[in-house]
Amino acid sequence: MRRAFFILVPWATIVVLWYAIHYSGLVNPALVPTPHSVALRFWELAGQRLPRDIWMSTQRVFLGVTLGILLAVPVAFVLGWYREVRGFIDPLLNFFRALPPIALIPLVIVYFGIGETAKVVILFYASFFSGVIVMYEGIAQISPIYVRVARTLGARDFEIFLKVIVPLTVPHMLTALRVALGVAWATLVASELIAAQQGLGSLIQNAASFFQLDIIYVGIICIGFIALAMDLGLRAVARQLVAWQERIA
Amino acid sequence: MSAPAGNKDRIAFDRVSVEFQTAAGPLRVVDDVSYQIGDGEFVAVIGPSGCGKTTMMNIVAGFVEPSSGAVLLDGRPVAGPGPDRGVIFQEYGVFPWLTVKQNIAFGLKLRANRVPQGEREEICARYMRLMGLADFADAWPKTLSGGMRQRLAIARAYSVRPEFLLMDEPFGALDAQTRSAMQDLLLEVLQAEGKTVMLITHSVEEAVYLSNRIIVMTARPTRIREIIEVPFGYPREESLHEKPEFGELRSHVRELVMKEYAVQARQRTRMSD
Repeated sequence: MRRAFFILVPWATIVVLWYAIHYSGLVNPALVPTPHSVALRFWELAGQRLPRDIWMSTQRVFLGVTLGILLAVPVAFVLGWYREVRGFIDPLLNFFRALPPIALIPLVIVYFGIGETAKVVILFYASFFSGVIVMYEGIAQISPIYVRVARTLGARDFEIFLKVIVPLTVPHMLTALRVALGVAWATLVASELIAAQQGLGSLIQNAASFFQLDIIYVGIICIGFIALAMDLGLRAVARQLVAWQERIA
Repeated sequence: MSAPAGNKDRIAFDRVSVEFQTAAGPLRVVDDVSYQIGDGEFVAVIGPSGCGKTTMMNIVAGFVEPSSGAVLLDGRPVAGPGPDRGVIFQEYGVFPWLTVKQNIAFGLKLRANRVPQGEREEICARYMRLMGLADFADAWPKTLSGGMRQRLAIARAYSVRPEFLLMDEPFGALDAQTRSAMQDLLLEVLQAEGKTVMLITHSVEEAVYLSNRIIVMTARPTRIREIIEVPFGYPREESLHEKPEFGELRSHVRELVMKEYAVQARQRTRMSD
């Protein structure tokens, strides 16, 4: 009960501030729709295109992140484990990581068209490069003592990999997944803004063309809540998988 | 254990030297060291910190290769780490992602040891009981105290039935009371199943109380300063600490070690000049 109260307070504050801005007279009220008009619009859209938009966007993020992380895991293992490889792959990785995926959208459209493939490619790119760094940094920091102990107990190389390195990597995989999810949502909307018939990004884009500010707000809020839900889900999984970890909080 | 000073050499250092390559050129850490550890002996290696004691243990464990000379195990040169030599590290190395019981079972499930399920359960139960961990079988290591983590590390090392026990400052991170309790527990367990033990320590008290032979090493590059037979038999009890003979031996060893610390201090001053 107390907990629920404390969770609701910040949200309620935002809504109150929102109303305050609308009625303050500091901005043209036409430019800031009220929370209740946005809620009303949400309700209306929920019976129309919104479910389909949410589904399409979520599906794209899911696919892009899954593929990106699937490739990031083996690459991160190699980079984390073999210092020599890391030496010359690292600059390459940082070069590509520095390129904002949004800047690549025009190129991706040229090569992959404007269909589903193009969007998944961009999300794959974004998730892979954000995930791989987090993961290999984690793997490189694994304390050598565990490997030594395993060897003195008789473990061979593949046993050390499966029974020592992999379990110690799981927390880093989960962190990489969370980072990748965040980046993927940010990138998704940009890619949908440019060319998509369905998805939350296209909902926002279409609304912008007709100056339907309340729909833009609906789209933005939906994105925020879906990303939040995914992160909460992932953290719940993490709590189970890495219950052994010592942490401050 | 009850009849130490066995005649058969199990571990033999044969003119062992170790040099490490550093930015400032080669650094000699161990200098032409030879000694033998017999079957069932408990040998303590003592010397100023940073002198190269740990390097000597790491050679036996199979983590470091000597630059010249050889360490022989039952007459054969050491070739990498293996389950015949149980190693206890100062930083425990307890696997945080496994429960207490899973930690002990880790070695038993490896291909090199292949212990069947039933026997595995028995061994786990036995060492959890011996080490006072039976009530914590399913606990994560993060919930254990330092002393319990070290008991777990010892149980895990024992589980694969090593013939040798190599310990590097095993109780260094523990408080005085826990440390003393751990020493008695170690002697007790060794009494039950004899092993050939090499203990690296910088505690004179610990060396005299536990071992039947003390090898005092010099400052770096380390050589043997003196080998001292400890005349007390096993089992030993806490009250040994109070005996005059114990005090005399302790003073003698402490004097030797302190001299080496002084040498080390002079070396450092020279280096900083």
